[in-house]
Amino acid sequence: MSKLDSKIPEGNVEQKWTKYKASVALVNPSNKRNLEIIVVGSGLAGASAAASLAELGYKVKVFCYQDSARRAHSIAAQGGINAAKNYQNDGDSIYRLFYDTVKGGDYRAREGNVYRLAEVSNSIIDQCVAQGVPLAREYGGMLSNRSFGGTQVQRTFYAAGQTGQQLLLGAYSALNRQIGLGTVDMYARHEMLEVVKIDDKARGIIARDMVTGKLERHFGHAVLLCTGGYGNVFYLSTNAMGCNATAAWKAHKKGAFFGNPCFTQIHPTCIPVSGDHQSKLTLMSESLRNDGRIWVPKKKDDIRKGNEIPEEERDYYLERRYPAFGNLVPRDVASRAAKERCDEGHGVGASRMAVFLDFKAAIDRFGKSQAKKLSIENPTPAQLKEFGKQVVEEKYGNLFTMYEQITGENPYEVPMRIYPAVHYTMGGLWVDYNLMTTVQGLYCLGEANFSDHGANRLGASALMQGLADGYFVIPYTIGAYLSKEIAVKPIPTTHEAFVAAENEAQAQINKFFAIKGSKSVDHFHKRLGKIMWEKCGMARNEKGLKEAIVEIRELRDEFWKDLRVTGKPDEMNPELEKASRVADFLELGELMCMDALNRSESCGGHFRIESQTEEGEALRKDDEFAYVAAWEYKGNYTYEMHKEELKFETIKIAQRSYK
Amino acid sequence: MNLTLKIWRQNSGKEQGQLVTYPVKDISPDMSFLEMFDVLNEQLVSKNESPIVFDHDCREGICGMCSMVINGRAHGPKTGITTCQLHMRSFKDGDTIVVEPWRAQAFPVIKDLTVDRTAFERIQSKGGFVSVNTGTAQDANCLPIPKDDADASFNAAACIGCGACVATCKNASAMLFVAAKVSQFALLPQGKIEATARVKNMVAQMDLEGFGSCTNTGACEIECPKGISLENIARMNREYLVANCKD
Repeated sequence: MSKLDSKIPEGNVEQKWTKYKASVALVNPSNKRNLEIIVVGSGLAGASAAASLAELGYKVKVFCYQDSARRAHSIAAQGGINAAKNYQNDGDSIYRLFYDTVKGGDYRAREGNVYRLAEVSNSIIDQCVAQGVPLAREYGGMLSNRSFGGTQVQRTFYAAGQTGQQLLLGAYSALNRQIGLGTVDMYARHEMLEVVKIDDKARGIIARDMVTGKLERHFGHAVLLCTGGYGNVFYLSTNAMGCNATAAWKAHKKGAFFGNPCFTQIHPTCIPVSGDHQSKLTLMSESLRNDGRIWVPKKKDDIRKGNEIPEEERDYYLERRYPAFGNLVPRDVASRAAKERCDEGHGVGASRMAVFLDFKAAIDRFGKSQAKKLSIENPTPAQLKEFGKQVVEEKYGNLFTMYEQITGENPYEVPMRIYPAVHYTMGGLWVDYNLMTTVQGLYCLGEANFSDHGANRLGASALMQGLADGYFVIPYTIGAYLSKEIAVKPIPTTHEAFVAAENEAQAQINKFFAIKGSKSVDHFHKRLGKIMWEKCGMARNEKGLKEAIVEIRELRDEFWKDLRVTGKPDEMNPELEKASRVADFLELGELMCMDALNRSESCGGHFRIESQTEEGEALRKDDEFAYVAAWEYKGNYTYEMHKEELKFETIKIAQRSYK
Repeated sequence: MNLTLKIWRQNSGKEQGQLVTYPVKDISPDMSFLEMFDVLNEQLVSKNESPIVFDHDCREGICGMCSMVINGRAHGPKTGITTCQLHMRSFKDGDTIVVEPWRAQAFPVIKDLTVDRTAFERIQSKGGFVSVNTGTAQDANCLPIPKDDADASFNAAACIGCGACVATCKNASAMLFVAAKVSQFALLPQGKIEATARVKNMVAQMDLEGFGSCTNTGACEIECPKGISLENIARMNREYLVANCKD
C-alpha cells in the first residue's frame, strides 16, 4: 500500500469541506491555552495562520529571517487576488474558479484541495476588507475587479500594482494585534536550521539568531512551515535575495516528502539580464499583456533598434500562433514561445535573449479615443501621442517608471525588452488535506507546499492560496491533530532530541568554517543557477537532465572542498547565512532534475522536449503521469519516489488549448 | 566606472565605527547600487576580509529592508526610490560616494550599515490594526467606501516602513511613519471604532522609543521613497487632538 494518504474526505466535491468542518475534532478553549504552535515564515500564509491561531487561543511563536514580519516576499506580489464573488455579474462561481484553477494547472492538482480553495476565496476578501485593506474601488464605492490570464471572467481584486503589499500588511496588522495582546512571540532575524522530532512527531525547531549567531531551541506541539518557494535555486529569479528552501529541505531530510519538485513557473514578462553582475530579476506585471503587443523581428540576427524595424518585418508570434488568446495566453505558453523565438535567432537587445513588448499600438489607440472623448477634431500626431501616453501612464505608470529606472530606456518611446524568469515554484512539501506533511505535527502552508496549483499557477492565485491556508484552512485542520495532543506537556528543550538537532546545526556551521577554501558562496550559487536554468529551465530533455545531475554532484563536492566563509559564527554574518542556504539548494537542485527526468511528459510549466505535439505544444501523458511524485529522502543523497494518483471525479480531463 | 567609496564600518553596537575607504573599478552603469556592493563584497571575500553587512531583500523597492544614507541622503540622490532601485548611471566616473547607516537614537546600529528598526514594530503592535478576528467579517461589498477615501487610504498604506523619514529628519522623528498608519485607518469606516485608542497608544509608544519631535519642515516627505504625504501628519495631529478632547 502507498505510504501516502491524502485524507481527502468522501463525498461530492461541493460537500467535502462542509462535511469535514462539521465533523473535525475540536480543542476546547482551556486546552488551547496550553498548546504551543511554531510558525516559520511571516508572509501571507505564515502571518495569517499565526494571527488566526492566536485569536483562537493557541500560544504562537513566529520566526522570520527579515528584520520585520512585514518584509516577507509576499509583499512584492503586484497583480491581484482571485475570488469567486461574481460581483461583476459575469457568470463567475466557485465551480468556475475551481475549474479554471485545475485546468490552468494542467490537471496535476487535487480536485478536493482546489475546490476548497475556491470555496474559501470569498471569505478572504471579506476578511481583508474588514481589516482595513484598501482594495481598489469603483466610484459607487464597490470593490473593483480586473481580468487576468487564463480566465474569461473578471474576478481579480487588487490594490493598484501593490496587492501583495496591502494584503500582507493586513495580515501583518492582525499579527501585530496578537503580539500586542501577548499571544504571539515574534522572533525576527531568526532563521530555522533544523526540525526537532520526538517519537516521530515534530516537536520544535532549532533557529539561529542572526544578530548574535546563537543557536536557540524552541518547543511546539506543532510546527508550521510557511517559508515560501525555492525559485532561488536558479540564482536569478524574481524572489527576494533571502528566499530559501532551508526550512523545507531540512524537514524533507527529517521525513517530509517533497512533492513535484520540478514544477517551476517561469514568468514571461521580466526585465532581461543586463550582465554578469545581475543579482535578481524584476517582474513586470502580467497586466501589461492586456495592452502591450509582443513581437520579434522576422529576420534572424536583426540588430536594428525596435523602432527602426518596419511593421511588415515584425513577427507578433503569440497573435500568430494563438489567435484566440493572443498575447494573453497562460504564463507557461508565453514563456516557451519567447524562448523558442530567441533560440531560433530572433532575439533582441545586446544579449539577443529578449523579445519586444510594444505599447505603440496601445498609445495610438488610446490617443484616438482620448481625442474623441475631449471632442478634439483633427488632432495632430503629436497630440495623439501625448494623449495616448497619458492613458498608458494612468494604467501602468509605476511599471513604466520602474522599467526606465532599471534599464535606462524610456518605454513610452522605445519598445520594452522582456524575457522569462523564474518566478514561483508549484512544487513543495507534500501535504495531505489537513496541510500536514508526512511528518506528524509538521504542517506546510502557502507556496512552500505543493498542493493547489498543479503544474502551472494562474495569475492572482498565489495570494489566494497563501491566505486561504492561513486564515481559513489551518485553524480547522490543526484541531484534528492537536485534539489528540492535549495531554502532552511542553517538552523541555533539554530533551536529547533538541540537543541532537542543535548539534547537527552546529556541526554544519563548523564544517563551513573548517573548509577554508578559496571561492565565495555566490560563486557556487551562480554556477548552480546556470546549470539549472540551462538544463532544468523552460525546456528540458533526458540528456540535459542527466548531465545536470552529474554536474550538480560535482559542484556540490567542490563546494564542500573549496568554499570560503569569512567572519565568525557568533556574529551577524550574511556569508554564513548564504552558505547554509546554498548548501541546501545544491541538494534540492539535484532532486528537481531527478523529478524532471522521471516525468517524461510535458505539463504546465514542465516542458519535456521529447513530449510535444506536431505544432510544438506541450503534450501531456495522462495514462502514465496523472500522479503527484512525492519523494522520500533515503539518506546520502538518495531518494525514493511515491505516487499519489490523481483522480478526476468532477472535471473531465482534457488537453489544454488556447488557440 | 571607477569610484571611491567611503563606507561606515562598525563591528557592533557596542564598538566605535569609522568610515573606511574602498576603491572599486570597472563598475557598469547598468548595475544597481546594491549590485555594486555585491562586487565590492566579492572582492573583500577574495582577500579574506569581512564583507560589508547591509540590509536588503526584495531588491525591487517594496520590502523596505534596504537602508543606506548615500552622500548624506536617505536612499541616495534620486527621489521616489529605495536604495535597491538606485542605479550606477546616476553617478559619474571618478565620483567619491559616502555611505552611512540610518542615524537615529531609536535605530541603534547592529553592524556596519545594518540598524535595528524594531521600534517600528512595537509602535505597530500598539494600534496599527483593526480588531477583527478571522471569520467574523460581513460581505465585503456591504460597506461601500467612496473611491477617493479608499485611494487616499491606499496612498497612506503604501508606506514600506523603511525608516528613511526618521533617518532624514533632523530630530529623527517617526511622525510620518506613524501618521501613515493612523491615516490609513482614519480614512476608512472600519478604522473609526478604535480611532481614539489607536492614535493615543501609537503616539505614546513612539515617544517612549525615543524618536524626536516633528517641526513640520517636511524633509521626510521629500526623501520618502513612496511619496507619503505630509498631509498624513496633519491628519494624525487632528486625530490626536480629537482623541484627547474626548477624554
